[in-house]
Amino acid sequence: MLYVVIIFLWTSILLYLLLGGADFGAGIIELFTSRDNQDRTRRTMYRAIGPIWEANHMWLIIAIVILFVGFPEIYTTMSIYLHIPLVIMLLGIVARGTAFSFRNYDAVVDDMQVIYNRIFMYASCVTPFFLGIIAGSAVAGRIDTHATNFLDAYVFSWLHWFSVAIGFFTVAICGFLASVYLIGETDNETDRQRFISKARTTNILAVIAGALVFVAAQVEHIPLMDWIFGNPVGITAIVLASLSLVLLWYLLFHGKTKILRVLAGFQVTMILLTTTYRHYPKIVLLKGGGYLSLLEHAGNEHTMAALGWALLLGSVFILPAVFYLIYSFQKKKASVAH
Amino acid sequence: MNDFIAARSQMALSLGFHIVFSCIGMVMPFFMAVSHFIWLRTGNVMYKNVTRAWSKGVAIFFATGAVSGTVLSFELGLLWPEFMKHAGPIFGMPFSLEGTAFFIEAIALGFYLYGWDRFNKWFHWGTGVLVGVSGLVSGILVVAANAWMNSPAGFDYINGQYLNIHPIQAMFNDAWFSQALHMCIAAFAATGFAVAGVHALMILRGSHVQFHGKAFRIAAVFACVAALLQPLSGDISAKDVGRRQPAKLAAMEAHFKTEKRAPLIIGGIPDEKNKTVHFAIEIPGMLSFMAHDDFNAEVTGLDQIKPEDHPPVAVTHYAFQVMVGLGMLMLAISLLYFIAVWKKKQWLQKQWLLKLFVLATPAGFLAVEAGWTVTEVGRQPWIINGIMRTADAVTPMPGIVYSFYLFTAVYLSLAVIVTFMLYRQIRMVGKLYDLPAMPVPSSH
Ligand code: HDD
Ligand code: HEM
Ligand code: HEM
Repeated sequence: MLYVVIIFLWTSILLYLLLGGADFGAGIIELFTSRDNQDRTRRTMYRAIGPIWEANHMWLIIAIVILFVGFPEIYTTMSIYLHIPLVIMLLGIVARGTAFSFRNYDAVVDDMQVIYNRIFMYASCVTPFFLGIIAGSAVAGRIDTHATNFLDAYVFSWLHWFSVAIGFFTVAICGFLASVYLIGETDNETDRQRFISKARTTNILAVIAGALVFVAAQVEHIPLMDWIFGNPVGITAIVLASLSLVLLWYLLFHGKTKILRVLAGFQVTMILLTTTYRHYPKIVLLKGGGYLSLLEHAGNEHTMAALGWALLLGSVFILPAVFYLIYSFQKKKASVAH
Repeated sequence: MNDFIAARSQMALSLGFHIVFSCIGMVMPFFMAVSHFIWLRTGNVMYKNVTRAWSKGVAIFFATGAVSGTVLSFELGLLWPEFMKHAGPIFGMPFSLEGTAFFIEAIALGFYLYGWDRFNKWFHWGTGVLVGVSGLVSGILVVAANAWMNSPAGFDYINGQYLNIHPIQAMFNDAWFSQALHMCIAAFAATGFAVAGVHALMILRGSHVQFHGKAFRIAAVFACVAALLQPLSGDISAKDVGRRQPAKLAAMEAHFKTEKRAPLIIGGIPDEKNKTVHFAIEIPGMLSFMAHDDFNAEVTGLDQIKPEDHPPVAVTHYAFQVMVGLGMLMLAISLLYFIAVWKKKQWLQKQWLLKLFVLATPAGFLAVEAGWTVTEVGRQPWIINGIMRTADAVTPMPGIVYSFYLFTAVYLSLAVIVTFMLYRQIRMVGKLYDLPAMPVPSSH
């Protein structure tokens, strides 16, 4: 059952990155859209993510619940030493979620909308940035459980070039996912072209940010190269991701939305796979060579069995429902369009 | 304010905020489903308008409930890491099941809010009901987790170690049923009185009486049924507390001396130093009866409990008085309402009845907050009753005070904005919903 739980944990993180990421990305794209087009982008986006945004964010909660039930030491260590970025991320989640629904459900449309929109857009950038910082800090090996002063314990645990670079990378990926997703969500040709060019820009930005991550790793003496290229799975995944990048650019010029989405999702999956595979089962690396491992720091047998069954049972209900939700809104849209 | 107090205050603030939205998220879907049902059955468009007006409000509340809940699931670790390290694997079962319930709720809500005129009308109605049912289930589950903190079960505590863990036994601890029952009824009473009160006010003002009248009726019936049941369920809770947490019961009743034929104390100012209560009304034997079904039974007082294990008496006592007092007020209003419905139809036209409902608008939510204060403050100094002290569970990170200020600012602003939006929603009723033959609003 332990492995079932680990698979669920990894999958929820992946799905949060993909679905929640596209969702954050929509706000990022909106921020980087010229004033004249913002309104149209907003409407496309509302239609595209309105029905599913709540569900998209449930993956984060599932991941957290798995952590605190199944791997309490990992959850509590991260909560203690990454307290500050976690709080900022939470504030981002609160600001974004409420601003999104306020702007859609406010009975009066007036100047308040401008405020909701601002909050929504900025929070859409801040949240994934700090998610990236948190993820980067987990593996950067700077969490010092023996630190004696405030800065070492609670600030330098997460504030370093590597995690900041990962933060930017995450923001770029979210923007990229959203633009690819939105290409298929509009019937208007100019909008389509706009999203396609956004997809190109964000893709380039993601590649640049990715390169920065390597540089930062070098600066901070983090053996990222070895993690990725030191094993066949890492190499294969990275090669596949790069190959699919070529295909993706080709398709971007030809606008095949369905395959584009699959490819974008595939790339992000490969990135997550390479970065997690080599560590597994060590999910948090501590200063001085210590670590927290999914296998060694898992809860007791009964808990894992109960958690595993709860997750399996849950997915029997949830997965069909999620797919039906996405499918029916896609289908209805198609039938309205034609 | 030191960091420990700050952490407790931040937790209390976050939970006190979340509970308002979660009550509404659990209960409003049922109000909507009833109104929606009447519309589907009778074709009276006014009911459709009521349903749609409510559903807009619910969307706002739901999102706020969801984000504040997300904050909570992190806060447990951010503020109480030592607690979560040990408790997580034990009381985590309801949380893992709750994930499913939330998910279903979020999916069903997507269908419901965005599904107008898109799906088979009964399928669409059904998704609305499902929102309510899964909300209720998630409420029950999370309360079961809290009940475990009051009545730990499903493990052996040996030499500071938590051994032989059984998550299922932990979930079905002694307190889960009484607490979950009481909470569910409370959610209906609180939301019902709040909604009924707002619509009653609008009727009194003479604006869109048709619309508000229909909305009022639905909310009032739910509210009044719940208010009738609440004292019964409260009695079950009190007996339960007497059995498992005598210190909490003693603090609730400011019951300093162990005695037979213990009196029920109403009101009064507890004096912790001199161990008495000033200016209270006493009903002899009533506390013994409430706690043990026997007017002559002995009720444990605080004198039998080690001083370092005493909960704060004054806060717990006042909170309990407030809850019970408001419960009695709501009970009285419900009785009047039912008499009006069955025997004295002419009362329904009278202003005083509506005014009573307006008066009671915040009563349910105040009682909910007071009730949780009883439960949580009454458990102190324990975070896990009898096992772990709250002071030992708090995060080692200094500076929580600032985080508390920050969250206070955030929650205050959210409360202001939500109230403001609600106000605008209600003001727009005439424009959006009161036209008898409103065209079906397109969902863009
Ligand atoms: C509308 C709200 C409301 C009303 C009218 C009442 N309660 Fe209540 N009460 C709650 C809302 C609530 C609550 C907020 O839902 C609590 C907090 C924890 C819980 O399980 O329910 C609670 C807790 C609570 C507890 C503590 C349970 C525990 O610690 O496990 C007791 C003993 C009572 N209640 C008893 C009563 C009695 C005798 C009432 C008589 C009228 C009453 N309540 C009315
Ligand atoms: C939503 C309704 C709830 C409200 C309004 C509420 C209220 C409070 C209050 C007032 C405190 C502070 C007590 C004190 O320090 O004196 C507190 C503490 C706490 N509550 Fe609750 N509570 C609620 C439900 C829950 C649930 C469902 C859980 C967990 C499953 C929970 C877990 C905690 C924890 C961990 C603390 C901190 C430790 C402590 O002070 O004992 N609460 N809550
Ligand atoms: C008595 C206390 C509580 C009750 C009755 C309750 C009930 C609910 C309900 C009904 C919802 C659905 C959302 C809504 O309708 O607005 C919700 C949301 C949520 N609650 Fe609570 N809750 C309580 C305390 C807690 C605690 C202590 C936690 C965290 C440990 C928590 C975590 C969450 C989360 C993560 C969500 C978001 C789920 C979503 O997106 O739908 N809740 N809660």
